[in-house]
Amino acid sequence: MNGFLMAVVGFFAAVIGSMGLGGGGILLLYISAFTDIPQLKAQGINLIFFLPIGAVSLFFHIKNRLVDKKAALLTVLTAVPTAVLGAFLASAVSQDLLRKGLAVFLFFLGARELIGSFKKKRRL
Amino acid sequence: MQTGNKRKKLFLLMTGALCGFLNGFFGAGGGTVAVPMLRKSGLGEKEAHATSVAVILAVTAVSATFYLIRGSVAISDTLGYIYTGVFGAALGAYVLKKISVVWLKRIFGALIMAASVRMFLR
Repeated sequence: MNGFLMAVVGFFAAVIGSMGLGGGGILLLYISAFTDIPQLKAQGINLIFFLPIGAVSLFFHIKNRLVDKKAALLTVLTAVPTAVLGAFLASAVSQDLLRKGLAVFLFFLGARELIGSFKKKRRL
Repeated sequence: MQTGNKRKKLFLLMTGALCGFLNGFFGAGGGTVAVPMLRKSGLGEKEAHATSVAVILAVTAVSATFYLIRGSVAISDTLGYIYTGVFGAALGAYVLKKISVVWLKRIFGALIMAASVRMFLR
């Protein structure tokens, strides 16, 4: 991928990622689909990319008073050790069936969000 | 979730545990699940998205460390995306502030559905 394309892709991936829309994996989707970069390296690029992007976004989100700091602290507290645990387990267990299960779950989650956006509610 | 501060705290701890595990195990999914769970704990839609970035950032730092130590990737591989990415991040934060909640849900829902289909077919 040439430098210009990387710049464009990085820009848009960051916009989506900073809005919490990509679940931190939006660049990976693009790299996997449009380049020959091997999967593991692509995942690594996606992860490292999100570090400065997430930091910049978070800075502005906090400035805009959109972050619930207490909620963030509590979730991060348990998220970090379980992420480590998950990473270790990933190499020991077959992910295939579980991944398909997660995909199905996420599909319905997305559908719920999408359908919910069309409904008139007191509080969205 | 209105009842009991303790219950809310427990729910948030559970949210973190689930999101962290999903991201560690699958390399994805944690941030996505974080948004509706944060909503359920009482946060507004925009706040849930913004706060989820904090969670994603934390677990990403964990996973990125593993990748760097293993030598699966070098920082130089990513710079080409980051130079402009930081501006995209600032723009995204601005858009999140301004976008209507309806459209936020709509785009989020559509993106997850698309990503889940891709995940299923992998």
